[in-house]
Amino acid sequence: MRNETQLSSITIDSKIPAGPVAEKWENHKFSVKLVNPNNKRKFDVIVVGSGLAGASAAATLAGLGYNVKIFTFHDSPRRAHSIAAQGGINAAKNYHGDGDSVHRLFYDTVKGGDFRAREANVHRLAEVSVDIIDQCVAQGVPFAREYGGLLDNRSFGGAQVSRTFYAKGQTGQQLLLGAYQALAQQIGNGTVKLYNRCEMVEVVTVDGRAAGIVTRDLVTGQIQSHSAHAVVLATGGYSNVFYLSTNAMACNVTAAWRAHRKGALFANPCFTQIHPTCIPSSDEFQSKLTLMSESLRNDGRIWAPKNRADNRLPASIPEDDRDYYLERLYPSYGNLAPRDIASRAAKRAVDDGRGVGPLQNGVYLDFGDSLKRLGPDKVTERYDNLMEMYERITGESPYETPMRIYPAVHYTMGGLWVDYNLMTNIPGLYALGEANFSDHGANRLGASALMQGLADGYFVLPYTIGDYLAPQLNQKPVDTKHEAFLTAERSVTDRFSQYLAIKGTKSVDHFHRELGKIMWDYCGMERNETGLQKALSEIPALYSEFKKDLRVLGDGTSLNQSLEKAGRVDDFFQLGYTMCQDALARQESCGGHFRSEYQTPEGEAQRDDENFAYVSAWEFTGELSDARLVKEPLEFEAVALATRSYK
Amino acid sequence: MTATMNSSTGGAAQQGKTLNVTLKVWRQDGPAANGRFETYEAKTISEDSSFLEMLDLVNERLNDESKEPITFDHDCREGICGTCSLMINGVPHGPERNTATCQLHMRKFTDGQTITIEPWRATAFPLIKDLMVDRSAFDRIVESGGYITVAAGGAPDGNLIPIPKPVADASMDAAACIGCGACVAACPNGSASLFTAAKIAHLNLLPQGQSERYKRTESMVETMESYFGSCTNHGECQEACPKGISIDNIALMNKDYLKSKFKNRRYLSRS
Repeated sequence: MRNETQLSSITIDSKIPAGPVAEKWENHKFSVKLVNPNNKRKFDVIVVGSGLAGASAAATLAGLGYNVKIFTFHDSPRRAHSIAAQGGINAAKNYHGDGDSVHRLFYDTVKGGDFRAREANVHRLAEVSVDIIDQCVAQGVPFAREYGGLLDNRSFGGAQVSRTFYAKGQTGQQLLLGAYQALAQQIGNGTVKLYNRCEMVEVVTVDGRAAGIVTRDLVTGQIQSHSAHAVVLATGGYSNVFYLSTNAMACNVTAAWRAHRKGALFANPCFTQIHPTCIPSSDEFQSKLTLMSESLRNDGRIWAPKNRADNRLPASIPEDDRDYYLERLYPSYGNLAPRDIASRAAKRAVDDGRGVGPLQNGVYLDFGDSLKRLGPDKVTERYDNLMEMYERITGESPYETPMRIYPAVHYTMGGLWVDYNLMTNIPGLYALGEANFSDHGANRLGASALMQGLADGYFVLPYTIGDYLAPQLNQKPVDTKHEAFLTAERSVTDRFSQYLAIKGTKSVDHFHRELGKIMWDYCGMERNETGLQKALSEIPALYSEFKKDLRVLGDGTSLNQSLEKAGRVDDFFQLGYTMCQDALARQESCGGHFRSEYQTPEGEAQRDDENFAYVSAWEFTGELSDARLVKEPLEFEAVALATRSYK
Repeated sequence: MTATMNSSTGGAAQQGKTLNVTLKVWRQDGPAANGRFETYEAKTISEDSSFLEMLDLVNERLNDESKEPITFDHDCREGICGTCSLMINGVPHGPERNTATCQLHMRKFTDGQTITIEPWRATAFPLIKDLMVDRSAFDRIVESGGYITVAAGGAPDGNLIPIPKPVADASMDAAACIGCGACVAACPNGSASLFTAAKIAHLNLLPQGQSERYKRTESMVETMESYFGSCTNHGECQEACPKGISIDNIALMNKDYLKSKFKNRRYLSRS
């Protein structure tokens, strides 16, 4: 049995500006220090990651005049996983006059996050959402249009207005290409230097401030230091700790975790999101799960058979034997209930023995009614690429038989703790996008990830970073020959040599799969104390096997994909342990964190605002050892704490 | 209706249709090393597995035998990031049309089939290792003009620029390019015309893209020509494109390139 949670002695300041929530950002923009346009070129900024947040930040900072270096482990910045987002991006434009406003988007996001997000950050996000759409349209993002030529919208889970802008089912791709093109322009101008196939493997601090990073060139294995006045991590989320998730294969936690090891607090790691509409897995060797955009829930109806083990074909199951459970349980939101609620409802149906498909591991998402109402052409226009993708993967046509769906890990709300300026508790180290924790609380609403990534990169960091840089005018970045860099380089070299030197018998993927099973079983869609305690004893056992029995072939001086992955899986082990610790310590259910001990009689999440209305920020104390907790209390001034109801 | 859907047991017994294939895989330790084909037997592969999951399994088995796994590029595995490549039996991304390698499934192959797997072969895509090549030249093309200049914060309201739906749709169809490089691999000239044209069409069709239209076109086409071959209308690129990008875009690019030669000169003489 583990000991009680230890509290950390670190103090944090969220730097939330004073004043009414709707005026905080406006006031803050005026109060932060500015760097004169002619002085911006005297500052070097490192951006790690080239997704929506990283590319937009790098392009904007360079456009302002800063010297920027951007690092990506991909072959091109355009490959970042933001590209896979399908459904859309929210903005409080109210173009359709259906009652939307900045305040409503703010309210929906705070409520959707189950009151575990910072009000001030969320309000800022809602405010800048409208600027993002303008920016992207001007960049040439081909958003869907109505016949009159104006922008079209659709609705998404957790909202009763249509505020989601989209580009077919490829909104993430088009927004990322917009940011990538803006970045490419700066690279072409020489204001951004691009390092591709180059992975950040260490953060370097000098006198408690971020001084730079150490990277490993994936093609040559070369370890190199880079210094700057500020370091920005925009390195995405950590869903791949579960092995099977909807994330791309290379998504990892390494950059954030290496920062955490250097003193940056990691906030709410157990807040992970399970997306309700993914394709159920078909066999054990499956490498990843594929998401079907939540937007499908606009026109698809979710149901499971009323009777257990009903093996009839879906078409042969009469209406009376179908349970449209979301419409039944949540009449006002119906199929558009928020993700956590829709996911758990699917799990309950499958756990109840009413699952469908060969492995009985899914529920139906049925377009039958929409095809009748709208006709196949309209459905094709809205969801063409998704329909095709489903058929390609499963061999079944959704025009003929309902899709089978099941929840899968999709997004992580937790991440590096940041203050209102998006700076971690290490001065000069920033975290943007999914890599930070700040805006989504315990559950993210659909179409809000793209919004947050671009908000942070285009409209928040460029304003707040000056406040940190301005006082450092005419100071040079730390020399990369500084002892701190040399020590970091040595430790990285040693770490990668060690993976090669183990010469055990099992592959990196083997360990990743096993870790994923533990995480999914005990820290997945539903958690409880017994399971989490079990995970906390199984993870260290597996980790020590990893350190003894790992087999990585090849060498460290040329391209070696197993070696790259070994470093990432190592960090996943350490993160996984802290996630379970966080899930255990949070003795309540909220949003994506569902503790079976804490539920209402109807099986909904039961929050404990009295004792847990805070952000859990964890301090690193050693590999797989108990982290120490820093609490950031959450205050709700503009939105009254209330039980979420989507009935 | 598929067999699995007809399952009366609904249990795991229904899955498990497998096949055995023989792989001839291009192995090359580095850019300077000599390459060779190696033959591997991929046995009991589930037909529900994707092509890359089949390669994962082969790699897992190679690792068990202390043989270095095959290096290949891949990431999102849902056909959108454009990282995966592979020449499969001489066809970029394999036999299924409009499908990237990562979305190709083993049910498209037959038991006992021999599958030859090679990297993209083009001078502008130097080989890094095994099946992995360097496609950075694509980035250079975009850097030379594949954007619309707009500073964050300076944009007018989104609805101030109405765009007729057919125009927005045509732009979107061109913008769907995933930058995988199949068009280059398929082209006998190793031309990147389809890639370049898709980006030019995406931006040149839109009202927002007009200010830089001719500068963009001239610059991107010439950057492309400095790395890649020229287009001679074979049309192989369109056949190979996993996103079904049309060669009509190349016609638009050529028209705009020709115009750019007049327009850009005229602007220059005025300045």
